Amino acid sequence: MTLRHKILIVDDEPHIRRLIQAALTRAGYEGMEADNGRSALDLLRRDRPDILLLDLGLPDRDGLELVPLIKQQSDTTLIVVSARDATDEKVAALDLGADDYLTKPFDTDELLARVRVALRNRLTRDGAASALTVGDVSIDLLAHKVTRAGAEVHLTPKEFTALAQLARFPGRVITHSQIMAQVWPNEVDHHVEYLRVLVRGLRQKLEDDPQQPRIITNEPGIGYRLRPAE
Amino acid sequence: MNDQRRPDPESFLRVAAQEGRGRLKIFLGAAPGVGKTYEMLTDGRQRRDAGIDVVIGVVETHGRRETEALVQHHELIPRLTVDHKGHRLGEMDVDAILARRPQLALVDELAHSNAPGSRHPKRYQDVEELLDAGIDVYSTLNIQHVESLNDVVASFTRVRVRETVPDSILEQAEIEVVDIPPDELIERLKDGKVYIPQEASRALGHFFSKSNLTALRELALRRAAQAVDAQMLEHVRAHALAGSFAAGERIVVAVSELPHAAGLVRAGKRLADALKAPWTTVHIETQRDRYFADADRHQLADTLALASRLGASTASIPAANVVEGLHRFALDARATQIVIGKSARSWWFERRHGSVVDQLVRTIGDVAIHVLPGGDTPPVKRAPVYRPVRWGQAIEFGWSLLMVAAMTTIGRLLLELIDLGNIALLYLVPVMFAAASFGLRAGLFTGIASSLAYNFFFLPPTSTLTVNNPENIVSILVLLGVAIVTSQFAARVRAQAELAGSSARQNAALASFSRQLTASVTQDELMQAICAEVARLLDVRTVLLLPSPDGPILAAAFPPEDRLDEIERAAAQWAMDNEQPAGRGSSTLTASDWLFHPLGTSRGVLGALGMAREDAGEPLRSDRLPLLMSLLDQASIAFDRMALEEENLIARQIGERDRLRAALLSSVGHDLRTPLTTILSAAQEMKLHPSQALADTVETEARRLNRFVANLLDMVRVEAGALPMKPEATDLFDAVASAVQDSRAALAGHDVTVDIPPDIPLVRVDPVLLHHCLINLLDNAGRYADPDTPVLIAGRRTPDALLLSVIDQGPGIPPGQEKRVFETFTRLEGSDRVRHGTGLGLAIVKGFAEAMGLSVEAGNQVSPQGARFTIHIPGRLIVTMPVDRDDP
Repeated sequence: MTLRHKILIVDDEPHIRRLIQAALTRAGYEGMEADNGRSALDLLRRDRPDILLLDLGLPDRDGLELVPLIKQQSDTTLIVVSARDATDEKVAALDLGADDYLTKPFDTDELLARVRVALRNRLTRDGAASALTVGDVSIDLLAHKVTRAGAEVHLTPKEFTALAQLARFPGRVITHSQIMAQVWPNEVDHHVEYLRVLVRGLRQKLEDDPQQPRIITNEPGIGYRLRPAE
Repeated sequence: MNDQRRPDPESFLRVAAQEGRGRLKIFLGAAPGVGKTYEMLTDGRQRRDAGIDVVIGVVETHGRRETEALVQHHELIPRLTVDHKGHRLGEMDVDAILARRPQLALVDELAHSNAPGSRHPKRYQDVEELLDAGIDVYSTLNIQHVESLNDVVASFTRVRVRETVPDSILEQAEIEVVDIPPDELIERLKDGKVYIPQEASRALGHFFSKSNLTALRELALRRAAQAVDAQMLEHVRAHALAGSFAAGERIVVAVSELPHAAGLVRAGKRLADALKAPWTTVHIETQRDRYFADADRHQLADTLALASRLGASTASIPAANVVEGLHRFALDARATQIVIGKSARSWWFERRHGSVVDQLVRTIGDVAIHVLPGGDTPPVKRAPVYRPVRWGQAIEFGWSLLMVAAMTTIGRLLLELIDLGNIALLYLVPVMFAAASFGLRAGLFTGIASSLAYNFFFLPPTSTLTVNNPENIVSILVLLGVAIVTSQFAARVRAQAELAGSSARQNAALASFSRQLTASVTQDELMQAICAEVARLLDVRTVLLLPSPDGPILAAAFPPEDRLDEIERAAAQWAMDNEQPAGRGSSTLTASDWLFHPLGTSRGVLGALGMAREDAGEPLRSDRLPLLMSLLDQASIAFDRMALEEENLIARQIGERDRLRAALLSSVGHDLRTPLTTILSAAQEMKLHPSQALADTVETEARRLNRFVANLLDMVRVEAGALPMKPEATDLFDAVASAVQDSRAALAGHDVTVDIPPDIPLVRVDPVLLHHCLINLLDNAGRYADPDTPVLIAGRRTPDALLLSVIDQGPGIPPGQEKRVFETFTRLEGSDRVRHGTGLGLAIVKGFAEAMGLSVEAGNQVSPQGARFTIHIPGRLIVTMPVDRDDP
């Protein structure tokens, strides 16, 4: 039996912890629990979990404050799980370094899917996976080459930069400002309308039905997500 | 009668108005030199010793040592120096006293006239302001300065004083008579202890005779007794003690434009006081008034103002003639006594026109009529009113001559056929025509011209103006008589028509004013309408100022106005503070070009309406005052109406909120409990018999609960008006795709088709709110559409908007309910199927859409049948793309 992935559940609600714990155990992961920020940081240092599921509403400190701390102290993948559904907070968490977020109430299946994506991204990061395939689209990040159903698709440099940004972490939401910082590195004021047009262009070239996009999906007010490879 | 014992509400108001107001004490003397000032200072000193904060506002010591010694004891407020034509005059500094706020101020010489340019022309007005500010005032007054006694004093002393104080001031004051026997006063005068201004010493020498002083002393004592009586009466009225005043007396004083009318007013005041009766001063406006010179107008306005100061209500009534108008007014006012002046007209005039007094006595039954002489003012020889011959009149005379000439020609032609006497009858035609159409002058002119023509052309000996036959003299007289009688009748008819016309014009003006005001929706519109209409009706410039902590601010003006000086603002402020007119033509701050009238509502003063004439003349002619008052009343009603409507609206909104709350409670009761009950019982059941079906039920119900809670939260945000708005350029493809993605469960069994032109522009909306709108519309479609039918999402561009529609196939919306579907907690009756839902979804769609500046519309699709919900995105929200410079 291989080493089981360790996942730290940080939530002050015992019921939620128990439910997530049960789901994770069933899926073959090793779950650990913390009910406040301090013990979360302790466990993070001691047990080095692969993934940390963080609730923002903690009794001792605000979860948003923990996000940069966690990212500084470890290379764990941080998924925010919160009942706070204000778009601002999601964007803030992502921009502070969180890898993904999930709004309560959530489907257990959805949670497990995000966990799988996160683990796969961990295995393939640092250039390990220089290529991926989504549907009939293949993206080769090293060769700067994109093919669709075998035929090469011509992308502008900006289109490729944006797509590469999404393809580096498939399945994970990338905020508008994160994408734009890569695509227009010299602009101070980023206009989201440029990004919209850029994404429209990408979809025209990559999607079967640009009216109902499946490869690049939108998170209203937050960012874009590349559909994870199957 | 029981009626009389009921407390009189107006008395209560008067008493109440005096609470919080300073008290006035007047040291009343019969003549200068009785020691009023000394008495006042002594009294003031006692008050100061009793711990009261006393200052001297102004005191004239006239160099008397005892008096000066007394002044030393008090704090003296320095006088304000006013420059007037090179003279430096010291006046009481009202503002300094108001700022100092003593409990008691000593103010000498109540009847004093202030230097021109002061805030008020008269010192008693300054005192009123101190009293209004809650400061007690002691003041001094000689009896001959009392307004209503002015004539009486003048009648026996032969000295008329110009400086008078209205009786109303005395009526609100406590009066202490400072009295010394006449002999002693004369002694003091001889000793030089009485100060008399140099220039007046000769006139006053006669004044100080023993008989005069005795009479004056009696007057002073009587006036003081009367004041006590009046205060007693006020008390009796307010508390409805038994044994009240003579019931039902009402006095009407009829005044003309002649100067002696002021005497009538004063007499009326004395009569009213003696009978303790309410009184009215009325002027009957006839045709004659139109020919008034400005001096007449001013005299009349002064007379009415005097009456108003003396406590009368005043009226100006249009009528065809004095007797008729007065008769009608007396009946309306239920007058029991009429005071009228003896006619200054000649015996001959009265023979011809009938004496007003005689006619009144004949026509009015149960009313006592006092006829007073013209007074000591000899009837002023009025300058003949110059009525220039109008150009029109020359034309009228020309027409008359033409007609006479025509008749003469006709007469010559008919001379063979008819009798000479009958020829005269022909001339009746032009005479009657001219008299009826052009008036008396033209009628007489035509009459004379006709007789001359008749005489010259027809009466033997012809071609001369001599008359042989006495019969023919009769013909001439008849022609003239007809001219006079016809023109008199015609003139009377015309006068009545013109009067009716003028009151019809006034009524029309009022009606149009009130219509204009009613058409105003907001208070700003209303204020602008008031300015525009008053400006139009009174032919003035108008401004409307509202109070603010930093002084009056301009709220509306017609024509637009932005230059208001300090003095105008001060006048407006004063008008609002004191609820009285101020500025040009009033008695306060008269140096202003503008006249300000307070604009009150039933809730207090709202602001001040200012009027000015383009040529800087008097803003308001006295005869237009009643019209202005009516206009202000109308305006006040309009403001009240608007306030009331606002209150109604708030009440309705509160009612609506209550309805919502009730609906919310019942909805929460139902929509929360139903899924909870299902979940609870399913969970209990699962403990015993775990089953997939039960687990599915729990999941479904939990999702519904989740959706409901999310909607409730959203709805609360809409209701609170606290939607966080972050509009950004949004792609409708993105919006639709993510909404469809998140509505998968709700749309199970339905195919979703998206039909949006590929080049549809971006729109600037809040993407999260739009997302919620679409989710709710899709949720609604999933719930109401027939199973297994497609749902279409269509985008379309019109010249000035983008339309995004969600179209389903199903029963659609019951006709007539297209608007109601968006109301909170509406689930349409007539839906044949029982649906699960909260009735919140569409209300959220509407609330969110409107918060973003969009609108939603519900309708039905005919073929295939179904509901169609459309979001309108106005053109201004369409993003015009900036050019991406560094993109190839």
